[in-house]
Amino acid sequence: MARKVILYLVLLVGIVVFTYPFFWMLMASLAPEKEIESLVLIPSQVSLNSYRQVVEKIPIFRAFCNSLLVSGAVTAGVLVFGSMVGYALSRLRFRGRNLIFYILLFTMTLPFQITLIPQYILMVKLGWVDTYLALIAPYMMNAFGIIMFRQFFLSIPQDLIDAARIDGCGDLQILFRILWPNSIPALVTVGIITFMNSWNEVLWPLIVIRVEKLMTMPQLIALFAVGGRAEAQLGVKLAAATMLALPIVLAYLFFQRYFIESMATSGLKE
Amino acid sequence: MRISQHWRGYGFVAPYVIHFLLFVAFPVAFSLVLVFHRWNIIAPMEFVGLGNFYRLARDTLFFRSLGNTLMFLLIHIPLQIVVALFFAELLNRRLHGRGFFRAAFFLPVIVSGVVVTILWQRLFSFDSGLLNRLLIALGLGKVGWLVDPDLAMPSIALMATWKNVGLYIVLFLVGLQSVPSHLYEAAELEGASAWQKFRHITLPMINPTVFLVVVLSTIGGFSLFIEPYILTGGGPLNRTLSAVLYIYKEGFFFYHMGYAATLGFFFALVIMLVVVLQKRVVERNVTL
Repeated sequence: MARKVILYLVLLVGIVVFTYPFFWMLMASLAPEKEIESLVLIPSQVSLNSYRQVVEKIPIFRAFCNSLLVSGAVTAGVLVFGSMVGYALSRLRFRGRNLIFYILLFTMTLPFQITLIPQYILMVKLGWVDTYLALIAPYMMNAFGIIMFRQFFLSIPQDLIDAARIDGCGDLQILFRILWPNSIPALVTVGIITFMNSWNEVLWPLIVIRVEKLMTMPQLIALFAVGGRAEAQLGVKLAAATMLALPIVLAYLFFQRYFIESMATSGLKE
Repeated sequence: MRISQHWRGYGFVAPYVIHFLLFVAFPVAFSLVLVFHRWNIIAPMEFVGLGNFYRLARDTLFFRSLGNTLMFLLIHIPLQIVVALFFAELLNRRLHGRGFFRAAFFLPVIVSGVVVTILWQRLFSFDSGLLNRLLIALGLGKVGWLVDPDLAMPSIALMATWKNVGLYIVLFLVGLQSVPSHLYEAAELEGASAWQKFRHITLPMINPTVFLVVVLSTIGGFSLFIEPYILTGGGPLNRTLSAVLYIYKEGFFFYHMGYAATLGFFFALVIMLVVVLQKRVVERNVTL
């Protein structure tokens, strides 16, 4: 019995350690500036002043829409193209199929540090710097998504596909009408991982986007936190960070099981 | 007439092949050109032979950044494994609300590194940060988390562990659940202690998970960028300058494209070497 109590106590300490800082951040963003330095739990009064200042100082709603557009397009690309390649690798026989598979494995082990500079130069030469294309196109396909789809499609019975073919379905119809509805777990996993990685990506946007109106949300807020525009006020930085965290945390509250399972499988796949 | 399977296959993989050639193969090939040149993108490229490599060999700042990154890993990886295994062990017992605990520990994992860094900047603050206020309340002195050159990188490693450990708890939990329970029952019959069971059954059985966690946190650690970028800008005394932050500065502050590409190329080799070595060490050690 005593052991059980200790077990739960230790876990509760764990909960406080991992979640209290977020609670504090939310409270501090709502507190009057002068209270933040001594705030522990709840501020004496709620003030939206910090949020008002964030909205006045940086185009945060525009950045939110940019992030949504970029992450949405990247995710759609990874799902559509990734499943197409996954389909070809698992269900179509053609010369060079194994070569493609080796290329995928090679791409997965290649550290991004080697392509960072040349990829930027490519963006300059294509004239894509300061366009959405630079944020979307390089991320529209990835080896992880393709391999996930390939593995998942291999587990779907061939009979299903043969039956569809007899009904006169082409490959695209088989993929999107037969395989997709039977691959919801793979779509969810790849979708969540891709969206989250894209939403949280900050190094690449810092490199290829220099004009404020095209910046993604994490980029804009990182630059805001580093640059002088927060004018040493704590509240506005914390309010900006809270606004950045909010969409993902809300999604997490509703779909936490899928988030955890997706990230666990993606970790195990690598 | 039906188009042959070959051509349909090529049709389906064509977008990927184009994407690969443009965004992976070309950059890798071009980096091999860049390492022999000096170039600021605007002026014509200038061939410098092995000049970039000579410069790298004498670049104390780059080796400092490599050392900093290794220092980060040396603290981050063991801490990560111990904390993650500890909580995974606890969560693997019979208890209520496992899902709830797991979800709470996982929260920092899904949030952007930018959020975590801005938040921890406040927690680490010397005069009024929560951590120092806690230490004072406990009757201890203030700690210069980010201002003390010897402590700044360990502080960042601590923060990164806090952010990532939830993922590794889940991975270890999957690993622990795959250990067959009859092994423990047999050991109990032999009168093995809890520590002996952990050391001789659990640890060898979850060896693949340990390797996975080591590799994932190594790759993550070698990508360290936004944390020092926001927290310290690489200071104090360049002690938190990570390798990626240094490459970023060379490339995008000074526009030394040839040299920055050389740094990236060399650093990528270091990463691949370290991962291969880790594979050897982990496989040998835990199976003793």
